[in-house]
Amino acid sequence: MDKQFVARRRRDLITAAGLAAVAAIVPLFVKDVYVQNIMVLTLMYAALSQSWNILSGYCGQISLGHALYFGLGAYTTALLFTKFGVLPWFGMIAGGLISAAIAMALGYPCFRLGGHYFAIATIVIAEIGLLLIQNWDWAGAALGIDIPVRGDSWLKFQFTRSKLPYFYFALVLACVAWFVTWWLEDSKWGYWWRAVKDNPQAAESLGVVVFNSKMGAAAVSAFLVAVGGSFYAQFVSYIDPGSVMGFQFSLLMALPAVLGGIGTLWGPLLGAVILIPITELTRSYIGGSGRGVDLIVYGALIILIALARPEGLVGLFSRRRKEATR
Amino acid sequence: MTAETIIQSLASGLLMGLLYGLIAVGLALIFGLMDVVNFAHGEFLMLAMYVTFFLFTFFAIDPLLSAPLAAAALFVLGAAVYLLIVRFAMRAKANVGMVQIFATFGLAIVMRGLAQLFFTADYRSVPNSWLGGKTVSVAGIYLPQPQLFGALVAIAAFGGLYLFINRTDFGRALEATREDPGAVALVGIDKNRVFALGWGLGGALVGLAGAIMATFFYIYPDVGASFALIAYVTVALGGFGSVFGAFAGGIVVGLVEATTALILPPSLKSVGIYAVYLLVVFIRPRGLFGSM
Repeated sequence: MDKQFVARRRRDLITAAGLAAVAAIVPLFVKDVYVQNIMVLTLMYAALSQSWNILSGYCGQISLGHALYFGLGAYTTALLFTKFGVLPWFGMIAGGLISAAIAMALGYPCFRLGGHYFAIATIVIAEIGLLLIQNWDWAGAALGIDIPVRGDSWLKFQFTRSKLPYFYFALVLACVAWFVTWWLEDSKWGYWWRAVKDNPQAAESLGVVVFNSKMGAAAVSAFLVAVGGSFYAQFVSYIDPGSVMGFQFSLLMALPAVLGGIGTLWGPLLGAVILIPITELTRSYIGGSGRGVDLIVYGALIILIALARPEGLVGLFSRRRKEATR
Repeated sequence: MTAETIIQSLASGLLMGLLYGLIAVGLALIFGLMDVVNFAHGEFLMLAMYVTFFLFTFFAIDPLLSAPLAAAALFVLGAAVYLLIVRFAMRAKANVGMVQIFATFGLAIVMRGLAQLFFTADYRSVPNSWLGGKTVSVAGIYLPQPQLFGALVAIAAFGGLYLFINRTDFGRALEATREDPGAVALVGIDKNRVFALGWGLGGALVGLAGAIMATFFYIYPDVGASFALIAYVTVALGGFGSVFGAFAGGIVVGLVEATTALILPPSLKSVGIYAVYLLVVFIRPRGLFGSM
């Protein structure tokens, strides 16, 4: 391991700790609830995109159906809480484990598919999940679930008076997703994933167990996304199938990573910090009339960035990293 | 469930399936030509439906007559999308696959936004068109005229496309470019012109489908989404890039949908399509007619 690489990894870690510390202080000064709401969503999307990036960016298996895992996390938590009174903390872990198990079960047949066939299979599977939930009366069918307020505490993970606790949880979630990526990047798994992404046949011949490493990526990715879904259910306290499991959501999750730099450590965070505030601001300032102007601006932005910087915006920030990702 | 209802729904499924094939064939053509999936395909369909709607509302041109106009409009759009967006997406040195997905997906969002802005989110329909709401009875089976006409147009379009690809110079250039986009430059074929033509043809085919759909389906800015997903499944089922596969895939999808609707509640009718799709690609990872 060359010294430069070790130094870079240490610098990444220190930078992340510094950013997290700054982020933790910000809401103490920014008291506007609307802005705080945007900050929570930004951190949530950073975490989701970072998790998506593990399977799709590092391991190269482009999933356009991650809304399935997000929805599973949200629904598991909401159902356990409203039907059985199980605390969201347990729901979160249960949702994560269920999602990881399902991701591996689906990976078994899906990882044989290449390129577009894999991507479309993931869309279709998520769509089946959506249709099943929409038709499942016990889970609220198409109407969804209204999560009742049963308190205002960390124990119940419900906060009615302030957005701050949600903010801090989202911050922790983003940090965890970042740290897991950072840690895996330099592990055996990280090297396997990049080998599988670049050339599966060569990886196989060098003794990389391609199938298992895809399974590992899918499980980690799905677990973290489901935890994000659990958080979202508590945060908005109302979920319905379309809003947590729709195809749009799968793409929204992938966009920050694509914008920032797919398969890079900082890409998803950078993408989320730019994209989510723009999304929310255009929605509330020019989208309120329901005239679609926000969609036009948002879509045009996606096209422009995809065409102008295919390797993601991360490349703008350092030449060093561009070389490293090559 | 009598034998009659089963035959009735299989017949409707077959007609709808041919229309699905027509929606999907443009996707298959473009994919076969240049390995690109157009994620705005559903929005192309939506736009064609609006074109048909406005020609009917403002100029009283029946969809039967305006179908070629819708096809022409979408031909222009398809070629323009290639020349203005996809051409540049293909030049990316990194993440080519993702870049083209997000460039066309961004286009889909823009088109939906524009439709909302200019046409509002209201549901529109083409009332009292020549075919709308009419049925024909063949041996005791009632077939809706719009779908029947759509199936005939689909068969004609497939035939026309087959002849175009196999019998014309442009078609041969298309085939040659598909085989080796690098080498065709040596024989004086402009790759960009051929790709633009491919996108134009893809647009024209979905334009025809949209004109027919407008006679029996509501028209609104998000109408493309669900049909686009069915089109992706149709194409993947038939095997990406195979025009014949899209035709066969469409028929399979239509029949499976009709059969599912007999067994499951209507809101779950797509589950059957998706399940069959998964089953097929798990057994044959490149679809029914895709090259291995």
